[in-house]
Amino acid sequence: MPIMSYIQAITLALREEMLRDDKVFILGEDVGKKGGVFRATDGLYDEFGEYRVLDTPLAESAIAGVGIGAAMYGMRPVAEMQFADFILPAVNQIISEAAKTRYRSNNDWSVPITIRAPYGGGVHGALYHSQSVEAIFANQPGLKIVMPSGPYDAKGLLKAAIRDNDPVLFFEHKRAYRLLKEEVPDDDYVLPIGKADIKREGTDITVITYGLCVHFALQAAEKLAEEGISTHILDLRTVYPLDKESIIKAASKTGKVLLITEDNLEGSIIGEVAAIIAENCLFDLDAPIMRLAGPDVPAMPYAPTMEKYFMVNPDKCEKAMRELAEF
Amino acid sequence: MALEKITMPQLGESVTEGTVSNWLVKVGEEVNKYDPIAEVLTDKVNAEVPSSFTGEIKELVVKEGETIAVGEVMCTIEVEEMNKKSTQQAIAEEEIPEIKNESNQESMKKRYSPAVLRLAQENDIDLEQITGSGKGGRITRKDVEKVIQNGGLPQMGHVSQPKSTITSALLNTSTNLKINEGDIEIPVTGIRKTIAQNMVRSKHEIPHAWMTIEVDVTELVSYRNKIKGDFQDKEGFKLTYFPFFVKAVSEALKKFPQVNSTWQNDKIIQRKDINLSIAVAVEDQLFVPVIKNADEKSIKGIAKDIHDLATKARNHSLSVKDLEGGTFTINNTGIFGSIHSMGIINHPQAAILQVESIVKRPVIINNMFAARDIVNLCLSLDHRILDGLVCGRFLAFIKERLENMNEDNINIY
Repeated sequence: MPIMSYIQAITLALREEMLRDDKVFILGEDVGKKGGVFRATDGLYDEFGEYRVLDTPLAESAIAGVGIGAAMYGMRPVAEMQFADFILPAVNQIISEAAKTRYRSNNDWSVPITIRAPYGGGVHGALYHSQSVEAIFANQPGLKIVMPSGPYDAKGLLKAAIRDNDPVLFFEHKRAYRLLKEEVPDDDYVLPIGKADIKREGTDITVITYGLCVHFALQAAEKLAEEGISTHILDLRTVYPLDKESIIKAASKTGKVLLITEDNLEGSIIGEVAAIIAENCLFDLDAPIMRLAGPDVPAMPYAPTMEKYFMVNPDKCEKAMRELAEF
Repeated sequence: MALEKITMPQLGESVTEGTVSNWLVKVGEEVNKYDPIAEVLTDKVNAEVPSSFTGEIKELVVKEGETIAVGEVMCTIEVEEMNKKSTQQAIAEEEIPEIKNESNQESMKKRYSPAVLRLAQENDIDLEQITGSGKGGRITRKDVEKVIQNGGLPQMGHVSQPKSTITSALLNTSTNLKINEGDIEIPVTGIRKTIAQNMVRSKHEIPHAWMTIEVDVTELVSYRNKIKGDFQDKEGFKLTYFPFFVKAVSEALKKFPQVNSTWQNDKIIQRKDINLSIAVAVEDQLFVPVIKNADEKSIKGIAKDIHDLATKARNHSLSVKDLEGGTFTINNTGIFGSIHSMGIINHPQAAILQVESIVKRPVIINNMFAARDIVNLCLSLDHRILDGLVCGRFLAFIKERLENMNEDNINIY
């Protein structure tokens, strides 16, 4: 099985889906000739041509809108937002149209679009290249938000997103692109959307998180294992709608739960996870639900020291996990 | 002079590693700050890496064509010591001493989490007896789970603590019985309820074990038959067999004080006084008044006590004083014609002796049949305190005393 980086897994998923179904096409800024600023669509323009890999104007609202229209006509567009930070001009299209069309048309119309966007910080990207935007969309029924934590999941989930008959927002952590490498099968596999995944079995504490933070938590868990602390790690994978059953099960398993996101703390995805646990697991809880997240500060700072202060990292995870284990 | 390190810079977002394609400097070369020192290749860009310091290149750590992660050392450079140290000092001075807020070791001992409370309740575990491994002595879910896994708390300790809630709970059987026509419902109140509670408690807490011996009391019977008429004339009440048994038992208790004891938490208390409780049944009620210091009394004295207590019981005039302080119970089940029974220990005593009916039976003595008066003595014992050995000896002693009670050696007064 080949070892692949996160971004190579994304490119492979796109290519496989385009080969499988000629209704699949890509549109976005610099996705064609350049192959994307992160090289996610590298080689696809040459392979599939300008009608299936479209370079668009610098207008996110149009990228989403054109994609939604094409999807309603039966195409399978994969729209790329160059950075998740720039998705905001497209929010009206995504929330008002993509999310609601099936409901509004009484099932006559659907919008099978996938919108990909690199999110996340820790890459020295400062204000407009570091944000986490999932919480903006995470109370819009009709949308699905998928945030894979590693290359294997990224490929299987992106293929699932493209085949899904409803709009899927697919957020990829830009730092993970070249940081994470693992074995990725080059066969046609699909992972279920809406299902969380246990990334590590443990008995002392439960960590529930998603995206790059899964990687941090795994690193911290490895270290804590040497001290005899056994960590159970649940990767949400789909952050909206949440996999309640898996959350309840994971939280009940140890009764000590740490929730991690690199988004700003207040109003983030993990707040909803905490609510699910509080509603369902009271008599299994052995400690207050603990959260580790970015501070409630407008954006990721540029200065390295400040960025370090803002970002979740393995050390912060380890500290929080130890504290919870000792409680 | 000081040795500094130049590390692989972050050359663009999402880039986590770089390949040194070309060194632009050699070891020993003097470079100025911002001078390009190497060409670095990533999958996004090609870039020149500038020197972060002014100084002399000491070592090129990475070979051309080698790939290293962002932040790893590319080369070392010797620089003149100037500002570097002073800034480090400043940082060191600014480090705020960590305020240690050592919380009281036991401050969290009684803060129970919902999970801990639920587990304790479901498994009937006394949290007071668990040592917490959590912060501030907190009892964690794992602590409780461990106790459950090991089969609960050791039962010693809270056995003889009052547990009226448990016993009353045990009295309430949950089965809903159907009441048929003609059935009578009798509310359980007063003495009946107390009896029920005591019995449940005793049976629930005390691990009972049983022993029975056969005693030949032919001589005692003939002696008692001989004097009973005179005795009644003289004393004004009947002389039964029971005082003789009480006498023998109190002598045995003097010799085997282990039997005259009680279970108390983590210790056994041996009583000095030998106060014998005797069971007196009055219609639907059962009383156990006490013969105080039975070992100091003659058979006549014991007979008098029994007579008085039984009379009081029948007249419902027993006082609390008459009922308290018992250390061992003798139950005269023979009255009812019983020849064998297994008594429930009178909590918190260690044992109870049932004196059964005296029955004439053929037995073989010296290879010949003989008609003898035989009585069974049945002992129930608290197996936490007593074992077969001591009880066997205890009963053997009683047997020996009773079988040797005859005209020649009994003194009633």
